[in-house]
Amino acid sequence: MTAQVITVTSGKGGVGKTTAVANLAAALAMDGRKVVCIDGDIGLRNLDVVMGLENRIVYDIVDVIEGRCKLRQAMIRDKHYPEMYLIPAAQTRDKNAVSPSDMIRICNDLRPDTDFVVIDSPAGIERGFRNAIAAADRVLIVTNPEVSAVRDADRVVGILEAEEKGNPSLIINRLNPTLVRNNDMLSAEDVLDLLGIQLIGVVPEDESVIIGSNRGAPVVTDPKSRAGQAFRNIAKRVQGQDIPFMDLDQENGLWSAIQRLKGRK
Amino acid sequence: MNDFMEQAASLVQIKGIRDGLLATFSGASWEEQWNALVTQIDERPSFFQGARLAIDVGTQALKVNDLVELRDLLSERNVALWAVVSESPLTEQTAQLLGLATRISKPRPEERRQFTETITEDTALFVNKTVRSGTRIEFPGHIVVVGDINPGAEIVAEGNVIVWGRVRGMVHAGSKGDRSAYICALDLSANQLRIADEVSAMLKPQKDPQPEIASINDEGHLQAELWRLG
Repeated sequence: MTAQVITVTSGKGGVGKTTAVANLAAALAMDGRKVVCIDGDIGLRNLDVVMGLENRIVYDIVDVIEGRCKLRQAMIRDKHYPEMYLIPAAQTRDKNAVSPSDMIRICNDLRPDTDFVVIDSPAGIERGFRNAIAAADRVLIVTNPEVSAVRDADRVVGILEAEEKGNPSLIINRLNPTLVRNNDMLSAEDVLDLLGIQLIGVVPEDESVIIGSNRGAPVVTDPKSRAGQAFRNIAKRVQGQDIPFMDLDQENGLWSAIQRLKGRK
Repeated sequence: MNDFMEQAASLVQIKGIRDGLLATFSGASWEEQWNALVTQIDERPSFFQGARLAIDVGTQALKVNDLVELRDLLSERNVALWAVVSESPLTEQTAQLLGLATRISKPRPEERRQFTETITEDTALFVNKTVRSGTRIEFPGHIVVVGDINPGAEIVAEGNVIVWGRVRGMVHAGSKGDRSAYICALDLSANQLRIADEVSAMLKPQKDPQPEIASINDEGHLQAELWRLG
């Protein structure tokens, strides 16, 4: 095995990077892949909470870098998927505790017996972001259909181009089809038109995402959730399968029928 | 070891300037020079700790990888590379792509060229890609962009600016005061245009964009009009 290292980043904070990492990793694990997640947000860790592993942390990534433990000891096995691990960030240190070459070394150590390494990048374009992309074979950019998030994503694409990091792929998160239909939100097409990069998934707004994050059980495990379905599709595309995009307009139920009637008037 | 240090000091000279430190590279090979710089830093880590460093690389043509490598080496030593001064257009372009400054507070004498009526030397910088948010491209001539200029990007030319694509960022033509400079684009829905010292923010996104040209009209106002053939 030679792992593919995937970094999830966004520029702007709060667009759903950590949620995307937890869900993508869980979906890959559901497909039988061996996955290691790395929380790159040193000092502001939260991937452990979203994955429901916060009370199992003994060692973190800075302990590995500074030689206080072996890499294996900092890898926390997931509760549900035995082939999924988390390397947590240190909460009491800052970004300067890690360097780009540390990240490259850790990822290279993981490569031989892992299928995917998924790195959660901190917001921003400074040191922490540089660390997170240093080892990346592939970068996924998460954005929301909002002008400010798209502008920051654009900035990140520019930096990745300048660093010759290959072509990033785009996840549009928290799209609300009703708002788009009423011209109150940027559509996926508007976002793509500006960024001009390859789309790998559109995740609809879905309250079960928040519920799942708070419970420490990623939404991908909920077979009924549309956001969960979107993340399962992204995981399939990451594995090289050609999966058609979901039709987000196809909703059933009384409420959407009423919305549709209202829209027609 | 001492010999090595002396050699390193002769290859790269470091001095304090108003904005931090300036390392001036001699004409040796790029690898020798950055090695010399890193050697000097490792020798006196406390002096360099947290420093803002500008480098003057002379005529050396540097690619993105060269500068990225150096910046990473410096950032591992807690030294922030913020500016690259160069006489090579390629290096300047590389530095700008990486969001590094290409001017330090003391302007180089040759940049102080007196501005004559219009740009006499017809030099143009070709940018064959979309200019993204956070990128600033400055050039003492014309700038031609084959691609879009996204919101948050800045194009500043002493001459004209021609964009084969959409303009949604800020474009400044005639930046040194040339009022005859113009800006033209396939879709000119910029959030701000400037020609010489005139600023216009009146442009709104168009439903059905058509090529436009913006210039300063007879009344002295910046105005955009549709491009007409013939």
